[in-house]
Amino acid sequence: MANITLRVNGSVQTVDVDPSTPLLYILRNDLGLQGPHFGCGLGQCGACTVIINGAAVRSCVTPCSAVKGEITTLEGLAQGGTLHPVQRAWIEEQVPQCGFCQNGQILNAKVLLDRNRNPTDAEIRQSMVGVLCRCMTYYRVQAAIKRAATSMAAAGTASAKGGVA
Amino acid sequence: MTTFTSIPKQIEDLLEQGSSAISRRNFLKGSGLFVVSVGAAAMADASPLNAAGTDQAAATAQAGGPYPDPNFRQLDSWIVIREDGTATFYVGKTDCGQGTGTAFRQMMSDELDIAYDKTTCVMGSTDTTVDQGGSGGSDAIQTDGWPMRRVAAEARRVLLELASARLAVPVDQLTVSEGVISVKADPSRKTTYGELIGGRRFNVTLTGNDINATTGIAKVKAVQDLKIVGQSLERYDIPAKVDGSLKWAVDVKLPGMLHARNVKPPVAGAKLVSIDESSVRGTPGFVKVVSKGNYVAVVCEREEQAISASRRLKVNWEKPATSPFPSSEDLYGYMRRATPTSNSRPNVVGDPDAALAGAAKTIEAEYDFPFQGHTALAPAHATADPSNGQMTIYSNDMKSYGLRNGVAQFLQIPRDQVRVVWMEGPQGYGRTAADDAGFEAAFLAKEVGRPVRMQWMRNEETAWDTKGPAYTFKLRGGLDAQGNLVACEYNAQAADFHHLGYNEPDTVLIAQLAGMGRTKPSSGGASTPSDMYAIPNRRMATAVVSLPLVFQTPLRTGNLRDPNGPQVTFASESFIDELAAAAKADPVEFRQRLLSAGAGDDSGFKRARSIAVVKAAAETFGWDTRSSPKPLGTGNILTGRGIAYAFRGQTVVAQIVEVEVNRRTGHVWVKRIVCAHECGLVINPEGLRRTVEGAMLHSLSRALHEEVRFDTEKVTSVDWSSYPTLTHADTPSRIDVVLVNGDPNPNRPDLPHYGAGEAACKPLIAAVANAIYDATGVRLRRVPFRDARVLAALKGSG
Repeated sequence: MANITLRVNGSVQTVDVDPSTPLLYILRNDLGLQGPHFGCGLGQCGACTVIINGAAVRSCVTPCSAVKGEITTLEGLAQGGTLHPVQRAWIEEQVPQCGFCQNGQILNAKVLLDRNRNPTDAEIRQSMVGVLCRCMTYYRVQAAIKRAATSMAAAGTASAKGGVA
Repeated sequence: MTTFTSIPKQIEDLLEQGSSAISRRNFLKGSGLFVVSVGAAAMADASPLNAAGTDQAAATAQAGGPYPDPNFRQLDSWIVIREDGTATFYVGKTDCGQGTGTAFRQMMSDELDIAYDKTTCVMGSTDTTVDQGGSGGSDAIQTDGWPMRRVAAEARRVLLELASARLAVPVDQLTVSEGVISVKADPSRKTTYGELIGGRRFNVTLTGNDINATTGIAKVKAVQDLKIVGQSLERYDIPAKVDGSLKWAVDVKLPGMLHARNVKPPVAGAKLVSIDESSVRGTPGFVKVVSKGNYVAVVCEREEQAISASRRLKVNWEKPATSPFPSSEDLYGYMRRATPTSNSRPNVVGDPDAALAGAAKTIEAEYDFPFQGHTALAPAHATADPSNGQMTIYSNDMKSYGLRNGVAQFLQIPRDQVRVVWMEGPQGYGRTAADDAGFEAAFLAKEVGRPVRMQWMRNEETAWDTKGPAYTFKLRGGLDAQGNLVACEYNAQAADFHHLGYNEPDTVLIAQLAGMGRTKPSSGGASTPSDMYAIPNRRMATAVVSLPLVFQTPLRTGNLRDPNGPQVTFASESFIDELAAAAKADPVEFRQRLLSAGAGDDSGFKRARSIAVVKAAAETFGWDTRSSPKPLGTGNILTGRGIAYAFRGQTVVAQIVEVEVNRRTGHVWVKRIVCAHECGLVINPEGLRRTVEGAMLHSLSRALHEEVRFDTEKVTSVDWSSYPTLTHADTPSRIDVVLVNGDPNPNRPDLPHYGAGEAACKPLIAAVANAIYDATGVRLRRVPFRDARVLAALKGSG
């Protein structure tokens, strides 16, 4: 056992655990987070995704001791009580069926859009291919990503104009 | 009258999610005491509200018990109205992500005449909601929606009577709008539902021999008078699934809770010889190894400790003397050679032998369909709490009531000392391993005397979850000189011996492994096509075959979304296409001829509605009339289109897909899908469209990827690389779901609402096969259409 300090959604947390413990179990069982889900424990499905230093990371295969940066989970995506545009697009598009995988869909979409504000259909498919959904909501996930890209572009334009004014 | 000052946290969460109009604080404010109608059970569960406590979430289990059933013949068991005019509906169903909860609220709000956003819906927990069986059979809207509508209508009737007395005006001179009752002639004279009944019980007894027949005196509204039904309201459960605030069944944490993992036999049918507990004793957090018969589990303080200990535990197993099953490579040969365990009496129309003998042209084809799994995105799980001499199970099992009854029998605990708190979870599309995990958690909690959270690992889920049965088919058909179908023979064999029921205490996996299971297998079954074709001479015969190992096998069959539909319709609708091609007929026109040839009709007008969906699908797609295959293209990418049609219950579906086949790699991409869907009265059109999309893509996954592989000892499909599934890369670029009303009297005031969770699963695989044939001239008769198999077929055709 060892003290592991993690920065999660803006707060600093220290836990006394086996340092090889996958980050997912710390987030879920010690820090009480419900966004990241266990799906496979093999890094194959994406349900456990968190964002670390701007990258989508599979927390089920990431030892907690290896984490250096700030961790953002689904719970940390909204800012000041306002949902992220990706989350809003998800609601507007009514994406989920059971919803269990949507943590990974949303966070991977967020990382994609941070890097590429206007992804093509092919880029969306390629970027999201490893994030699985057994209710097969892919069609709506892809629609929501495009919807979020549009709203983020509009917001960017609006704020740019606001800056000029 | 019983009152309490707090509510179970789980219900509180549901209320929170249900409507921003009813926050928990509003709910509590102004109702220092309020009624919950659901009987002594819920009253006893009045643990003090923990306003902060995420981790205390499900700790309501600490209080209360026993948990008798809410009485479905009491209106108070279904509907509670509070002083502020808000209402909560308590229904005995579970929503597995198809939006049925939202649909129930729409139906009940409409009948009650209350604004939708003043309502919430509580579902599926055995002590607080009447037993409507949970989910299954796509019956939520079709069957259970009716008692919900009737009890809501009855509540409205009772409220009108109360208003009549209060306002001293006859009922027929009153009008209702959004929970406000006013005098027609003088709208300033009015009262509200909250004033009339808020915080008090209805105390109205309902009638009905069973829960589906529950009714009061009031009649439901005519379709024309429904205002909320038919609107595409947003699902109330989605915001909490998008912002991370939903507490799922996997999130339950209880004081003193332990974590458990199973250790499964490495070879199917292996017998446990010995366990070397010293291999894990003394490791951090280790609590106990629990074993009974061939069932083994490890219990530890922390989750990662249980995972680690279950992998390190040394267990000696003795392999069975004979192989439990043939390898998946030999499955279809084995099934065709096997002596059936049962044969159905063939369903015969006319004289198929004579008609085939006299046909101008006969064709014959065999089709194969593999075992496929539920393979939920998260492995099966449940948490069980044995506190206070009761047993509470937190589970996403879609049949929570059955789980409660089954566990009570299995553990020999009085039924009213067991309850299941239903919470959301991954994917409830039939008899999943959520059943098994629920029993295991309860068994272990009883053994160790502390709350236990059980979760399977990925390899267990993929290998050991129940499977949809494999099938082999042989079909023969005869055409006359004009290309009319005169005879058809259908023979199906399903590897479905000992098909599991739901939550059976003597067939769940732990019962089998622990030697507490039944010894006489259930007979299983195979199905026949679901079409309205008028074929003058037809024989349909089915048989069931058994694999060598019947019990304790990972190849155990159970209901998987539309349990036989995708298999049967793949064969039957592929063969109709083969017949159309043999007749050089257009596939749509060929089907319409078969549908139109029928004279009579059924009470649900299924034949007329079948004609309507085939027509609507073809029009929406822009179908060009010609026979298949089309002339072979010259590039690497070949395109084609295919249609298939089927019904499930009273719901009728036609689907057309457009495919691209890469002749160099064998890769198939379904570029476009059109679905014409007829399920009577639609409650929520956009919710329905998404459910239909999901059902179709689920079948597309089964068409392109899914096949359970096994050698002669074990299932070798154990993760997402050995059991591939549909991905983002496979997603069609366009899906059109057309909602059809094909009723001969489309405006009838009693238009029924039929089920929609599974019908769209049926035709899709055949539509894909038919489109591949159209594109390439090659007929694929074995599922799935993975690249290598398609490429081999293309090469085989020269």
